[in-house]
Amino acid sequence: MNKAAAATKARKRETQKILWLPMILALWLLAFMNLRAATDGLVFKLLKWPAGSHLVETIRFFLYEVPKVLLLLILIVFIVGIIRTFFSPERTRKILEGKSLFAGNVMAGLLGIVTPFCSCSAIPLFLGFVETGIPLGVTFSFLIAAPMINEVAVVLLFGLFGLKTAFLYISTGLLIAILSGWTIGKLKLEKYVEDWVYRIRAEGEIPTREDMSFRTRIEAGISAVKEIVGKVWKYIIIGIGVGAGVHGYIPENFMASIMGKSAWWSVPLSVLIGVPLYSNAAGIIPVVQALLEKGASLGTALAFMMSVIGLSLPETIILKKVLKLPLIFIFIGIVAAGIMIVGFLFNLVF
Amino acid sequence: MEVRILGPGCPRCQEVEKRTVNALAELGIAADVQKISDIKKIMEFKILATPGLAINGKVKCSGRIPSLEEIKRWIQEENRG
Repeated sequence: MNKAAAATKARKRETQKILWLPMILALWLLAFMNLRAATDGLVFKLLKWPAGSHLVETIRFFLYEVPKVLLLLILIVFIVGIIRTFFSPERTRKILEGKSLFAGNVMAGLLGIVTPFCSCSAIPLFLGFVETGIPLGVTFSFLIAAPMINEVAVVLLFGLFGLKTAFLYISTGLLIAILSGWTIGKLKLEKYVEDWVYRIRAEGEIPTREDMSFRTRIEAGISAVKEIVGKVWKYIIIGIGVGAGVHGYIPENFMASIMGKSAWWSVPLSVLIGVPLYSNAAGIIPVVQALLEKGASLGTALAFMMSVIGLSLPETIILKKVLKLPLIFIFIGIVAAGIMIVGFLFNLVF
Repeated sequence: MEVRILGPGCPRCQEVEKRTVNALAELGIAADVQKISDIKKIMEFKILATPGLAINGKVKCSGRIPSLEEIKRWIQEENRG
């Protein structure tokens, strides 16, 4: 066919593709709103299982939570994937250059949430920030916020505990990132950065991000869903399975003696256990939910979760290339201390 | 044509490498494709996040996995110029 006809055909296809989006969103809403009714209907009406038995409760919990969490995850990862196309490490660096110390920490923490980041990028990012003169503490605020406040964690917290908890997680995570980074900056630890880092000088043009069309952004959202949900769904199912078992079988106040409020040592203990552990958010949160249900106090549970997710062994190993050991330990120590303080505060307040 | 994939070896960089090889094959263009994993050499390209893709010394993309279409477009740009 001639060029004009081909162009019209292509445009028609484009419009059709865009129409998919609202349709899928509508389907999503339909599924999500009817989840409780659907699973209860399945368990009680269709299969006619008795209410109240441990096994039935466990299965019912599982059948409801898995699709609910997966649906939420798909939606939020998609949205965050699109938001992230508006940010890039280059842009973040430009924004952070020249900011005064505390303002820089705040911006770095906020940007850590929205800038796309994977732990293998930790070094190029660290080097790139430092060589344009962004202070060490500000860089750290970014490096702490980025892995700790990830959208999978936020979605899971929202889906399993509600908006308040999710919001609290984001704000305390930010607070810890900002204050830890600021503290590290104040301690003047630049001498613990490997020397060769400071010898790299920024020369020439730094390539800036090309403008993406709306369609490319949507595609980025979709590929984020495929990548993240594809990686994480197994852990979610396992985690919810464990959580379901705890929910159905373990008696109400079992955890209260170990992780409850009255045990003041529960916060430091859970942080100490959590720091060396590394799990992605998907696996650990359903477990945390089950612990909470059985009497663990909110502060202890959150502290545990943050230390597992926020400090990861793989990332620390990567950072070893650019940071000398004392700085790494100080880094871990300050973040752990921040998490503990948050844990204590929560136990006091909630 | 010189193509460099920049990354320490995580799955995302491997995906970029795979897509780049496919793009070159689909376009029928021959190129010298190399993967750079050494962090100091990667930093010579001034990118802030891996994976990165550079053609003829120019960084086309960094910090994300580009689509096959984008990679083809960049290859064609460099092939013409």
